[in-house]
Amino acid sequence: MTVVLNQSFTGISIGAVLLLIALGLTLTFGQMGVINMAHGEFIMAGAYTTYVLQQAVSGAGVSLLVALPLAFLVAGAMGALLEWLLIRRLYTRPLDTLLVTWGVSLMLQQLARDVFGAPNVQTAAPDLLTGHITVGGVTFANNRLFILGLALLCVLALTLILRLTPLGRRIRAVVQNRDLAEVSGIATGRVDRTTFFIGSGLAGVAGVALTLVGPIGPTTGTNYIVDAFLVVVVGGIAQLKGSVITAFALGVLQSVLEYSTTVSVAKVVVLVAIVVFLQWRPQGLYTLRTRSLA
Amino acid sequence: MTTTTSPAGTTATEPPVTAPPFLERFRVPGAFLLGAVLLLGIAPLVLSDFRLNLLAKYLCYAVVAVGVSLAWGRGGLLVLGQGVFFGLGGYAMAMHLKLADAAVTGQTLPDFMQLYGTGDALPWWWKPFADPAFAALAATVLLPMAVATLLGFFVFRRRVKGAYFAILSQALAAAFAVWLVGQQATTGGTNGLTDIQGFFGYDLDDPVNQRMVYLIVAGVLLLLMAAARQLFVSRYGELLVAVRDSEERVRFLGYNPANVKLVAYVVAAGMAGLAGALFVPAVGIISPALIGIVPSIGFVIGAAVGGRASLLGAVLGAVAVAWTQSTLSDAYPAAWTYLQGLLFVVAVGFLPGGLASLVTVLRRKRRTTHDPVTGGAA
Amino acid sequence: MSGEGLTVRGLRVTFDGFTAVDGVDLDIRPGDLRFLIGPNGAGKTTLVDAVTGLVRASGSVRFGGEELLGRPVHRIARLGIGRTFQTATVFEELTVLQNLDIAAGAGRGPLTMLRRRKGVPEEVTRALETTGLTALRDRPAGVLAHGQKQWLEIGMLLVKDVRLLLLDEPVAGMSHDEREATGRLLRRISEDRTVVVIEHDMDFMRSFAHSVSVLHAGKVLSEGSVTEVQADARVQEVYLGRASEPEPAAVPVTEEA
Repeated sequence: MTVVLNQSFTGISIGAVLLLIALGLTLTFGQMGVINMAHGEFIMAGAYTTYVLQQAVSGAGVSLLVALPLAFLVAGAMGALLEWLLIRRLYTRPLDTLLVTWGVSLMLQQLARDVFGAPNVQTAAPDLLTGHITVGGVTFANNRLFILGLALLCVLALTLILRLTPLGRRIRAVVQNRDLAEVSGIATGRVDRTTFFIGSGLAGVAGVALTLVGPIGPTTGTNYIVDAFLVVVVGGIAQLKGSVITAFALGVLQSVLEYSTTVSVAKVVVLVAIVVFLQWRPQGLYTLRTRSLA
Repeated sequence: MTTTTSPAGTTATEPPVTAPPFLERFRVPGAFLLGAVLLLGIAPLVLSDFRLNLLAKYLCYAVVAVGVSLAWGRGGLLVLGQGVFFGLGGYAMAMHLKLADAAVTGQTLPDFMQLYGTGDALPWWWKPFADPAFAALAATVLLPMAVATLLGFFVFRRRVKGAYFAILSQALAAAFAVWLVGQQATTGGTNGLTDIQGFFGYDLDDPVNQRMVYLIVAGVLLLLMAAARQLFVSRYGELLVAVRDSEERVRFLGYNPANVKLVAYVVAAGMAGLAGALFVPAVGIISPALIGIVPSIGFVIGAAVGGRASLLGAVLGAVAVAWTQSTLSDAYPAAWTYLQGLLFVVAVGFLPGGLASLVTVLRRKRRTTHDPVTGGAA
Repeated sequence: MSGEGLTVRGLRVTFDGFTAVDGVDLDIRPGDLRFLIGPNGAGKTTLVDAVTGLVRASGSVRFGGEELLGRPVHRIARLGIGRTFQTATVFEELTVLQNLDIAAGAGRGPLTMLRRRKGVPEEVTRALETTGLTALRDRPAGVLAHGQKQWLEIGMLLVKDVRLLLLDEPVAGMSHDEREATGRLLRRISEDRTVVVIEHDMDFMRSFAHSVSVLHAGKVLSEGSVTEVQADARVQEVYLGRASEPEPAAVPVTEEA
């Protein structure tokens, strides 16, 4: 029983990381339809922001707290810049966007290698997050609990922004009918950039979280990016909760499979499961059923 | 309420990429003959053994590009998992050659299996590869095609979006590479299958036999280009473009677009498999590093640079990119990575027709009058 | 020709709780040129979507004795039912001739498909003549004028020898001359086929319709000849009533940015 519970918690914490990484994609890919392969490098940027900050600020706890908003800004700014430079010219060509941003991703990785060196670096976690609590034989690592909390907090914040703020209304309006939004007086270009800023900023936050899990390096983001896209594909692009459910489901599935087989077999099985799932729901878990032929 | 239904409006519209008239004009059969003379006659005469061997490697990538040009250039299917098929073909060939090498020295197990010491029985799924006919014919081409059929059938049947297809392809490449790394005792793990000595009884250390391998690769490339050319100009080729333009419309005409796409995808997979199989004797190695996400995307960049819709453009682009890579990557690895990234950005972002379309653009610039009929496509 | 009419019984389509088509019955005789009219949101296009298999629907749609509901789109198309869309969707990168050839070719064997097209199939020649596009046959369809694209789309149905054509606002955005030409084309076509036209243009309807069905809020409000329908008080109410009351806000989100 404790084994099951322990594995479930491992799965949930894998899911929390996945969710945090996929959350930005629900905006840029889910809402805007942009396949941004450089999203992984925004994660990396967030991770390195934490690393650099820790060189400057002595306390690991303080630097972590400062890193969260700072990484959001750094990664968000990179995202907005990318949107302005390249992506806005490619909105009618989603597949080409994938390849273009892949090129950007390669360059950013190399840049990280040139600046920080190719080997991975380790950041120190605050003392508070290094321990673990044990409840009824089940071990909860503090850093995992922190990431879980952070992920849920981000989901909540994003939901509130989309639902309640004028910005959220504008974002949804542009997603639903770009032309109509434009003639209604919405500066769609500015909305796109803001959406991209938030989506990429969330990647930065995810990067901060990754520094708590292990060493980080130039390829840190790339390792997660395809899995994160799969979360959005399976979750469906219509609603945030699709990605939330999927992230945790894939996390638990992965952890259970890893426990009973091997990491590599687990990967293959998860992928097969996804293809089978798409047979049942080709548009993902949550879709908006409309008359259009999407 | 009655203003939004349009099958064209909802499918992602990729840029109109048609082969430019410049490359179309000096095409079959003159260009084909010229290519054959260059590749089979002149190249072996003027190139050193070393250079010819490098060219053989580039031509393997060009074979993959032929398939990419068909599936992506014509069919609009962004095939980002070609590494999987390249790898299936490559591993199938390498497994046979490793077994043959072992047999020459009187061993039953390939060298790496003895090294990792996992017992002395050959895994059951290695056994069929001892048979040269199975390895050469069935496994190198049919195995990739079977996998592509399976995946393509499920993906296209349910009309999974193009973007989803691209992501699934990538995930497949990642999963395959991870799986290979994880099975070190039976697949050689990260190292892959290396140090291949012979090719169906011929010693690969002998330069004469290396030249023979080159000639085989070049011949296969020419053959596949001819076959792809036929597909391009056939009714099927027109239908494939129609599916890319508006899948929903094709469905209303009574075709099943899933089958149309499946054929292109499977043929492209077969070509990648064959390329992988030829890569093994030409280069002497197959490893996970050659087939994961990164190299899989690398397979399309050549076609993108040269011109995805133009067969010749895609092939020349693949060779040029491979040549640049091997020239730069050893001496200046950082520079090569930046250049590769830049190639993606510039070629795909700003020149979607590739270098092949540059020719048309330049010609049009020289003309003073603008003809709306021929000018509309770009 | 007998028994090839379109029979719709109790057709119902819902999108996430919203009922777009709400129990429609229609009988369209072979050789009819039927116009479907009605205010925006009446369910006209959704009705055609349901008949052609594009949206899931309940009820019954029979054509030539075959039940259509539940069949995949391309199977329905193979039964001789063709449609056009509000925005003309032709294959922009292919020539007029290639467009028609593809339309004519569903059901060709693999060997034919893998060969290059030699000559022009007879039905393609006929469709080129009927639609008046013969001179433009080697042009890429993408450069055709709006009206010509619509005619090409109709031509693509003719080469398949469809028996039921469903046209969604074929004359929207056309010039007066183009409308007249299209009307005459529809008349010619309906001589030996069944034609259903969704239309907003009342003048066009009055000039060319054989019979008319008025849809309102997902239901058939009135049906008959042009004169009968025009005399129907309920129809006048729907159209006039809508004109007198203020237009409901069609813009879901209005923002000053």
